[in-house]
Amino acid sequence: MNETMLEVRQLRKAYGPLVAVQDVSFSVGRGECLGLLGPNGAGKTTTLSMLSGLLTPDSGQVLIQGRALAGDTDPLKDKLGLVPQDIALYEDLSAQDNLNFFGALYNLDGATLRPRIAEALGIVGLSDRVTDKVKTFSGGMKRRLNLAAALLHQPDLLLLDEPTVGVDPQSRNAIFGNIEALRTQGKTILYTTHYLEEVERLCSRVVIIDHGKIIVDDTISRLKQRAGQSDLLKIDLATAGNSEWLPSLRQLPGVRSANLAGVELSVELDDLAGVTPPVLLLLKQHGQNIVHLSAQRPTLESIFLTHTGHQLRDS
Amino acid sequence: MTMRALLAIVIKDLKLHVGNRRALILTVAVPIAIASFFGSIFGGQSGKTKTSGVPVQVADLDHSEISREIITNLANDTSLKLTEVDEHSAREAVRLGKVAVAVILPKNFGEEAARGFFRANAKPGLIVLHDPSRNIEASMVGGILTEHVIQAVSRNVFSPVSGQKFVRSALTDIDQRSGLSADDARVLRSLLTNVDEWMGRVQTNYALDSNSATGGLSVPFSVVDEESALASKQDGEGYNGYAHSFGGMSMQFVLMASIEWGLSILLERQRGLWRRLRSAPVSRGTLLAGRALSSSIIALGTLAICWAFSMVVFHVQISGSWPGFIACNVALAIFAASLGLFIAALGRTPEATRGIAIFVILILVMLGGAWVPAFIFPEWLQKITMLIPTRWAMDGFDAMTWRGLGFSAVVAPVAILLGYAAACAVLAHRCFRWEAD
Repeated sequence: MNETMLEVRQLRKAYGPLVAVQDVSFSVGRGECLGLLGPNGAGKTTTLSMLSGLLTPDSGQVLIQGRALAGDTDPLKDKLGLVPQDIALYEDLSAQDNLNFFGALYNLDGATLRPRIAEALGIVGLSDRVTDKVKTFSGGMKRRLNLAAALLHQPDLLLLDEPTVGVDPQSRNAIFGNIEALRTQGKTILYTTHYLEEVERLCSRVVIIDHGKIIVDDTISRLKQRAGQSDLLKIDLATAGNSEWLPSLRQLPGVRSANLAGVELSVELDDLAGVTPPVLLLLKQHGQNIVHLSAQRPTLESIFLTHTGHQLRDS
Repeated sequence: MTMRALLAIVIKDLKLHVGNRRALILTVAVPIAIASFFGSIFGGQSGKTKTSGVPVQVADLDHSEISREIITNLANDTSLKLTEVDEHSAREAVRLGKVAVAVILPKNFGEEAARGFFRANAKPGLIVLHDPSRNIEASMVGGILTEHVIQAVSRNVFSPVSGQKFVRSALTDIDQRSGLSADDARVLRSLLTNVDEWMGRVQTNYALDSNSATGGLSVPFSVVDEESALASKQDGEGYNGYAHSFGGMSMQFVLMASIEWGLSILLERQRGLWRRLRSAPVSRGTLLAGRALSSSIIALGTLAICWAFSMVVFHVQISGSWPGFIACNVALAIFAASLGLFIAALGRTPEATRGIAIFVILILVMLGGAWVPAFIFPEWLQKITMLIPTRWAMDGFDAMTWRGLGFSAVVAPVAILLGYAAACAVLAHRCFRWEAD
């Protein structure tokens, strides 16, 4: 791992008898994108609140580049960019007025702020809506502006709290694109979500949290392996015919198993993207015509079930 | 405290306020409208507002010279709006609440009232009907009625023409009066005989007829109405009811606005905005001070517009100290802003907070004398209101406007308002649930 950007040591937070976060420890290297995964109410937002200085932990430590936050006005906060789960914007102000305001909170003067606003709006693709009031934006545009507001002071560490909640697929893709661009720029990203596919697309490593405790901290590929789950390719063939090719299929690298029931072929793969092409090629070589093809990947539910022994409550 | 962050909060709040037309209307147009209404019913501009007379109905069952004169005098009194009706109509009008008072002059009232002048007993009844819900008007009419009845009866009794018969009647009654000693009867007979003789001489010498009767008893003084607002007198302006109503209503709506300021903080917290604000390197004090400053500016703007309207349209004048007037407004604005923070600190949700906050503000405004002047309250309540900051604000406004007092008169109100503001701000900072979402 590169230089440690964020280190969390044995965080604990309780509200009366309810322990929201217990003994949470993990670290994030500079430039890394870590997914903090868990169902609603697992303790993700509480953890994020403690990381950003909004909540004081009952015990434990949060170190940013090796240093703990010291109070509300600690300049170390300049290194953090929080994107709250809610759309934290003033609906009756324009995009520019919102960004001017949030930039000023980081003591950015007008001369510095103007190009930063242009840059942030460029990243999220809202440059043409700068003077429009936020209330005229779609949900997805508000989410993107919500992200832009956290970029103005050019933080090294972005804390994204479920930034795609309630947006349409197109906007979600746009936000993924924005985050990928930020990752390419070398930003360290802590991304909380309860969707595995989001973490898979954006992050190399994932921390699963439930009932305030960390259950898993690993890379996604190792996580899948440990869960004993694989990608599943389902193919409907034109005719049942003979199945002489089936052993050859099972011999292909990356194929875990293959079963034929009538015209329905099910193939378990280690890596959907890498192994699917040779599977299709083999079928073609044996004169098998494909009528329908679909793929299934392990879901959060299945992985979560494997690691916790119970279902996700409300994801 | 970061000055840039502080200014950013203020500018943001002002933009939001100006951009919210509903809030603008609520904080400016509504208090002006209500203050104009209250000002007009509480006296308006001194000497310029014509008050309507108290509606009174009178039924004359006597039809004597005296009863006609009483009715004529009542009709000429500008404090009353007299209508002559029959007895039934008069009773119905009071019963139905159409008039506050009705007077019935019974048959032989004039004759018996004149005789009653010289006798301790046998005085005729004058029927006054009044609406029990309007005692103040009834008392006022009673006083006016007494003056006009005495004037009419005494004028007739002491007139050389019409009074001679009453004097002679009294002379014949002297011997029948019990309890009168022989000496007293002799002296009284001598007095009345001389009066009778004098009346006869006047009639003969001046050839008077019954229409020549003059004089009669009248109130032996006239009231010189001098207002206490010395500066107002110099300006040619008297008491202006709009000064009090505009002070009261603008204060009420500024305090109502403080509820909205408090609730907006709670709403921002609900919507996650405070998470973003607090994640920035800005102190809690700066966040609250920014809100307090912007709220104070908005409150001051509201007060300024309301007062300007009252000055232009209703000629309200700052007869006292201008610096004192400004200081009182600034102190009230700061108090309202701090109260908003206090509401935000104590409130849990906007929905739950709104109702209780409105109730508290209305009590503050009412006891402060914003609706009706505090001197109308019972004495014990007036003492309690001295603990209420709004009472001091109203006293300060009254002192600087129509009372025409100097700066020293607002020192205490300003100090008390600022003291309450400081207390609210400190409590808000301590009680605000910073970690709540």
